[in-house]
Amino acid sequence: MATREVISTGNELAAIAAVDAGCKFFGGYPLTPSSEVMHVSSDLLPKIGGVAIQMEDEIAGICCVIGAAMAGDRALTATSGPGVSLKAENLGLAQMAEVPLVLVNVMRGGPSTGLPTRVSQGDVLQAKNPSHGDYKSITLCAGSLAECYTETVRAFNLADRFMQPVIVLLDETIGHMHGKADIPTVEEVKAGIVPRKTFDGPAEEYFPYECGPTEPAVLNPMFEGYRYHFTGLHHDKNGFPTEEIETCRKLIQRLEDKVAMHEDEVESYEEFMMDDADVMLIAYGSVSLAAKETIRHLRKEGIKAGLFRPITLWPSPAAKIKEYTDKIKNVLVVELNIGQYHSEVQRAAARLDIDGLFKVNGRALSPHEISAKVKELY
Amino acid sequence: MAFNYDKYLRLEKMPTLWCWGCGDGVILKAFVRAIEKMGVNQDDVCVVSGIGCSGRFSSYVDFNTVHTTHGRTVAYATGIKLARPDKLVICVAGDGDALAIGGNHTIHGCRRNIDLTMIIINNFIYGLTNSQTSPTTPKGMWTVSQKAGNIDPTFDTCNLAIAAGASFVARETMLEPKKLEKILVKAMEHKGFSMMEVLSNCHINLGRKNKMMSAMANLEWIDSITVSKKKYDVMTEDEQLNLLPLGILKQDLEADEYCEMYAEIQKVHQGQRAKITQDDFAKKI
Repeated sequence: MATREVISTGNELAAIAAVDAGCKFFGGYPLTPSSEVMHVSSDLLPKIGGVAIQMEDEIAGICCVIGAAMAGDRALTATSGPGVSLKAENLGLAQMAEVPLVLVNVMRGGPSTGLPTRVSQGDVLQAKNPSHGDYKSITLCAGSLAECYTETVRAFNLADRFMQPVIVLLDETIGHMHGKADIPTVEEVKAGIVPRKTFDGPAEEYFPYECGPTEPAVLNPMFEGYRYHFTGLHHDKNGFPTEEIETCRKLIQRLEDKVAMHEDEVESYEEFMMDDADVMLIAYGSVSLAAKETIRHLRKEGIKAGLFRPITLWPSPAAKIKEYTDKIKNVLVVELNIGQYHSEVQRAAARLDIDGLFKVNGRALSPHEISAKVKELY
Repeated sequence: MAFNYDKYLRLEKMPTLWCWGCGDGVILKAFVRAIEKMGVNQDDVCVVSGIGCSGRFSSYVDFNTVHTTHGRTVAYATGIKLARPDKLVICVAGDGDALAIGGNHTIHGCRRNIDLTMIIINNFIYGLTNSQTSPTTPKGMWTVSQKAGNIDPTFDTCNLAIAAGASFVARETMLEPKKLEKILVKAMEHKGFSMMEVLSNCHINLGRKNKMMSAMANLEWIDSITVSKKKYDVMTEDEQLNLLPLGILKQDLEADEYCEMYAEIQKVHQGQRAKITQDDFAKKI
């Protein structure tokens, strides 16, 4: 793959990635530690004839993004946990009406106002179910500067493939990290763009929500001669509200199954020194950088540790986790929350003896802390 | 020749969910006639509605239509309009939708003066959900959430829109559909944010408990609280006290429209003009 070397921050790379991936619209509201995504978008988008708008609140931020996506644009919003809380209802509409968009959440300490300028991974479960009701979230988590770029690009392609919001989780550490990154060239990214499916037959034969039981809706851009209806209500094949029992059941089941039955297209993880590992660390985001450093030290001391790093957090790589946890006894989940992904690992492993190292004081986990925990436990 | 509405309606959705005698249908018909008069292609129109009885408006008309979450019409429409500035985008919302839960978006839509037309169907009550107080429910009226009598002061939709910066502000009632149609054309043709308040009846959920049992009784009350702007303007303050003026209350043809201004931002970034400074604006603060 052709790459280029850049010096940048995680937040900036997410915004650059969006533009390279064909995003034409940014809507949002300032929220530490994510605001740089808006700042950079507001420089880059008007340059290419796109729009970046600072709205009156977080809710309006997501609503205008959904509107632009309905019109046919690739669209981006960025925020942090409190903003996701406010956007939640409309993320639900985007799930229900099957409107593709990308939301970058640069995690800070929560709950509530929490620790605005400090790192956390407290929004992992929120990303799984930000809104009420049943649907299947797709959440990607960048573990390096380069991934702030590549995962944002992937998020846009997945959003259009599955016709739903895709959340990219960064955290304050990685969002504000400044350094060198090797990222794909713009040509490479452009060549990999898979736009959303559209229907080009006669308008009277177009039923946007008539699709296979595991397939997403086919939503043509507005204003192109295919007039239909968007709603957050349960709806029929034309998008019109209905309470018909089978139609309602099938719709919600399809929102689940369109992702659940194609998890192989979404799944992504990294295995670091796992070949001979008898201690498995599981970490994601900025914590995985400390975990890798820990493993290098531990290996020098003769402890055969390895890292399993989920990149797609939701749906989780459950089968792969099970495969490893079936053969490795010593498993430690390391995260900046009180076990939000730990519970998912336990579920996937069907084991209750998975260990955890959790930190929630707004400070990053150091390799020393992780190393000490490994030595204490194993 | 009688006007043929069929082209603009989703006939398979008829009859509407609206109650017998509801003003929403009259407003819908006036809107459709206004669109026909403007000669706009249906494919180039987007109707965005919120939640409430008015929320169903979008599903009955054959345009590109969006039924959003409660109160968010202007926010959704802002995204649609900025993405496709050459299209006609109309918001339809109720008094609760636009002025309570969605109040923030309404005022900021006005402030930006983005080229949207917002039709607020004001029936003075939460009709769909059975008579809760809205920001326009008159003080002293019965509501299901204030059975002892409503004590909440009301918003004047049009004064709010004028103060917030909308460049076209008008009020009509559904009592005069021909007049409404004409003024709707003006609102939609206006370049900038057009606030179109339409007073309507809800004899079921406002009238029933407030001595206006029939649609006619409710409409007579609306008639009694409204007067043309022309008459209103020559009244004393005492005479104006319990009246709402009808007609075009503000029309500013000079105000900067947001999409056009954003095109200037694009020009700056594309090196086609110098940065925008305070000198570009007559009003400095």
